[in-house]
Amino acid sequence: MNRFCIVRDLGRMSYTAALDIQQQLAAERKQGLGADRLLFVEHPHVVTIGRNGHEENLLATEEILWRAGIELHESDRGGDVTYHGPGQIVAYPIMDLREWKRDVGAFVRGIEQVLIDALADFGIAGKRIPKLTGVWVDKGEAGGESAAKIAAIGVHLSRWVSTHGWALNVSTDLRYFDYIVPCGLRKPVTSMAALGVKADAEDVKNALVRRFGQVFEFEMQAEPALSFVH
Amino acid sequence: MTDVVMPQMGESIVEGTLTKWLKKPGDKVERDEPLFEISTDKVDTEIPSPAAGTLGELLVQEGQTVQINAVVARIDEGVAAAPAAAPAAVPAQPAAAAPPPPPPAAPAPAPVAEPAAAELVVAKEPAGPLSPLVRRIAREKNIDLAKVTGTGAGGRITKEDLESYGKQPAPAATPAIPVGQAQPTAKSRVEPMSNMRIRIAEHMVMSKRISAHVTTVHRVDMTRVAKMRAKHKEDFAARYGMSLTFLPFVARATAEALRTFPLVNASIDGTNIIYHNEINLGIAVALENGLIVPVIRNADEKNVLGLQRSIVDLASRARARQLKPDEIQGGTFSITNFGTFGSVFATPVINQPQVAILGVGTIEKVPVVIDDAIGIRSQCFLALTFDHRLIDGALGDQFTGKVKSVLENWSEDIL
Repeated sequence: MNRFCIVRDLGRMSYTAALDIQQQLAAERKQGLGADRLLFVEHPHVVTIGRNGHEENLLATEEILWRAGIELHESDRGGDVTYHGPGQIVAYPIMDLREWKRDVGAFVRGIEQVLIDALADFGIAGKRIPKLTGVWVDKGEAGGESAAKIAAIGVHLSRWVSTHGWALNVSTDLRYFDYIVPCGLRKPVTSMAALGVKADAEDVKNALVRRFGQVFEFEMQAEPALSFVH
Repeated sequence: MTDVVMPQMGESIVEGTLTKWLKKPGDKVERDEPLFEISTDKVDTEIPSPAAGTLGELLVQEGQTVQINAVVARIDEGVAAAPAAAPAAVPAQPAAAAPPPPPPAAPAPAPVAEPAAAELVVAKEPAGPLSPLVRRIAREKNIDLAKVTGTGAGGRITKEDLESYGKQPAPAATPAIPVGQAQPTAKSRVEPMSNMRIRIAEHMVMSKRISAHVTTVHRVDMTRVAKMRAKHKEDFAARYGMSLTFLPFVARATAEALRTFPLVNASIDGTNIIYHNEINLGIAVALENGLIVPVIRNADEKNVLGLQRSIVDLASRARARQLKPDEIQGGTFSITNFGTFGSVFATPVINQPQVAILGVGTIEKVPVVIDDAIGIRSQCFLALTFDHRLIDGALGDQFTGKVKSVLENWSEDIL
């Protein structure tokens, strides 16, 4: 029997509204209802602080952020401080990991693999750096020291059901990262566009869906379109 | 005492950081209630309590990183989960002879038969010790123990009490209601909507808001089709292993009418009209808790056999939740067959972004006046709901009239 994962694109949606949806779906999943899911969303400018967040990695006061049109949220995901905004594909897998390896390490490595494979579809060589979860690319110059982060990962688990996930910079305005120390690391960030790859967000999402299905052994399905008798 | 340990979170994970205690020493915890959070490589995990009882001393503080299986705290099960102790005449057992935590507030004395409370009370611990068996049954059956009258020694609740409780008609065994939600009355029950229900609700309201719904109803004489069907029914079932229904005939006639009136097979985009070159028919399928509309692509290229085959295949896979993404997308017009459920006619809601939907009423034999004589004919009502923004009444009726005419003058072979 194949495992299914239902894909739903929330479009542009605020961080809190998307969080509500995630939590509701995760609650359903924990009760053994509903399917595993992959949500896509694009958030308006928002800075989130994970459970291991350090205030010092926030380089601006809340007021400055507010004036720049950036919301600030605390989040129960793993990881430090990060930024989400237009041009970034945020994906939230809501999966019961008891049905797939029951291993958080494998889950995070799996997400990295999805991103590396999807980036490869666009000719970008993403890679892992040991101990620095996320996906990295070498920025032109030789040598690993010039690596820049193209995708960040942060996950929350409750009863082996995941929420939160990853953020991939497609055409993100990278200047917004100047307000923070991303993930608490003094390493640069980059985007597909900054690497010279002009990709349509829809195409990138399609690649991510396909690769996600391969890595996590899912048959991916679109959210059913519904209709009605009366 | 139960040890609370840093759990094994995966093969490669040897340690974890305890990021947050969700309970304080001395707090009562339920089994499986979130107790603390840990962090391992960008993953934050809520860890449930392994047992019910009172949280003892914390052996690991927030921020500390420890090896897996390290003991981070202990839970004193105390009275809560003590093995079915000798029935005591005294109401409350002292909170077991364990050391640190402040004793939990002693439960109130055994309740006297309390009438079913009219207002909803938060589930509270009843008096008297409870056996693990009673707890388990209560949890499985979702029974609020505070509402059960114990008949055992000292008012203890016994297994028999729970069994007879289930049979009492009075207070429904309501699941615990999350705090902060609309407060129901004692006679109601609260249940969250499924995700599919929410989506259906959103779509219905959205569709009603977007389109100017108008429904027109035509009476259709199905006698010719009924005869055709009767003639081929057995042969069809024998050859193809499925029964021949009326629906593929209606679908065939609809595809024909859509070809004649392409505006009914269109969508609206702002102030533009999008004409679809393909005729992709959505067929509404009722599921146990909702609806789904799988799509027959290029329906106009199929005959009755092909349409029946697609309908059977899509409907059965819809019910098994095995439809592929492209099988539920791209519909350009929908048919809903409420006649199956006995409805004579109804006013369906448009499946956005389409502009019309055809509802098929139940087919029945009726007396009809033909040439001043009374005959018996098979008849049904076809109800077309159309979006009046794009389709005027005249077109709506021309379209439905075309479907009617194809059905009444059926001339095609079905195979």
